[in-house]
This record gives sequence, C-alpha cells and structure tokens, in this order.
Amino acid sequence: MPDLGRYALEVSLAYGVSLLLLVGIVAVSVAQSRRTKRLLDEAEARWKK
Amino acid sequence: MSFWEYANPRRFMAFTDRVMGPAFVLAAVALSVGLVWGFFFTPDDFRQGSTVKIIYLHVPSAFMAINIWVMMLVTSLIWLIRRHHVSALAAKAAAPVGVTMTLIALMTGAIWGQPMWGTFWAWDPRLTSFLILFLFYLGYMALWSAIEDPDTAADLTSVLCLVGSVFAFLSRYAVNFWNQGLHQGASLSMDAEENISDVFWFPLLVCLAGFFFLFLALVLLRTRTEIRKRRAHAITLRERAA
Repeated sequence: MPDLGRYALEVSLAYGVSLLLLVGIVAVSVAQSRRTKRLLDEAEARWKK
Repeated sequence: MSFWEYANPRRFMAFTDRVMGPAFVLAAVALSVGLVWGFFFTPDDFRQGSTVKIIYLHVPSAFMAINIWVMMLVTSLIWLIRRHHVSALAAKAAAPVGVTMTLIALMTGAIWGQPMWGTFWAWDPRLTSFLILFLFYLGYMALWSAIEDPDTAADLTSVLCLVGSVFAFLSRYAVNFWNQGLHQGASLSMDAEENISDVFWFPLLVCLAGFFFLFLALVLLRTRTEIRKRRAHAITLRERAA
C-alpha cells in the first residue's frame, strides 16, 4: 500500500466509491442480460408449441 | 459488407457475440493495469499530494460521460433519420452506463475538490453543466420508462438527446468559454505542451482505454438485452392476439 499521507481518506474514498459503481453497473447489466435471455427462451418455447 | 447491415438485429447479435467477450477482457486488463500503475507506482504531485491519484478515475469517467452522450446523439439521429431499431436500443442501452460515468466523475471531483479547493461543490460553469448533463441522463432514462410504445419512446428520447447535447458540449468546453470558476483547463489535449507530465500521462492513457473498452462491452451487452426484450415483447403480443 502506498503512503497516501494526509489525503489517505479522500483517495481511498474516491477509489472505493468508483469501483463500487463500476462493479455495480457490470453486475446489474449481466443479471438483466441473463434474466432477459431466460424469459425470451421461455417465450420462444411457448410460441413453438 | 455495409455497416448498415448491423442494423439487422440477427446480424448484430451474431457480430456482438464474437466481439463482446474480447471487449470485456480488454477492459479488465486495461483497468487493472492502469489503476494499479496509477495507484501504486506513480509519485505524489508536488502541489496536490496523493490526491493526484484520483485523476485515473475522474478524467476517464468524465471523458466517457461526455462521449457516451455523443454516441447516444449519433444513434438517436440514426433512429430519427433511418428508423433502425437497433440504433435506438443502443442509445437506450448506453444511458445507464453514461449516468454511472457521470456520477463517478461528479463524486471523485467533489472528493478531490474538498482538500484542494476547500469545498465539495461550487457553481462553476463546468461543474454546473456536468450536473445538468447528469440530470439529462436521468430524464432520458425516465422518459424511456414512462412511455409504453417503444417507437414513440425512441422518438421522444431522441429529441431529448438532441437538447441534452448542448450540455454535453458545454461540459467539455465550458472552461474555454468562461474564464471564471474553479475548474482548471482540460487535462486531455492534442497539444503536447498542455498535457500533464508523462509519469501521470501514460497510466492515465491506459485507464482511458480501460474505461472505453468497459463502455463498449457494456453497451453491447445491454443492447443485446434490449433486442431480446423487444423480441420477447413481440412474442407476448402475438400470443395475446392468437
């Protein structure tokens, strides 16, 4: 860990918040993609019957 | 093969299926390298101290926040002129990524501003136009959600996107128009003399590439989701009619 001096809180907070938001948008996008794919597969299976 | 053939959802799905994985890998590699390099292996600035490390998040996210709106503007214009559904859905898919980037830029800017400017926020031209851009992103997403008919929603959100482009433009150039406010000049410039020192510049370039590839991967993934949603909705309508 580098020595962040008297700004350690600010730098850590900036990285923490940003990484949380980036991970969040990736997680939400992947979850929505999986859910929609499953719903479409079900709808197509129903329609083919 | 013409670029416009990708407006066909089937061709778009086939193409993006091959491209999306490598885009995620490039994003992960570039972000890991850039952020680790910037955080662990760059020196403190003589004036800003260790807060200079915040630029590896702030500058790429602000850059992407503005350019994602520009991408939405282009795809909205394609929708308005050529009526390609995939382009309207790509604009819709990009908005949540854009709002995330804008939020990161605003928050990291505020966190940096407190020790450097003595305040989290000032009604500076660039900060204010960026806040308005953030509100436009939220309004754009709300408008998509509020209208049931997808074509009407695409029409109205495209018009909103045209209006919001003024603030995307101002967010980039406000510091040049008004010689007032706290925000310094652009960190990114084609003029080498205006750029920051190489020791900060190279990891910043890697982070910029990482943020770009992350956006590319996410917008492809989210556009595919929107295309599937549209297809599922069409099947549901057919089932009801049958």
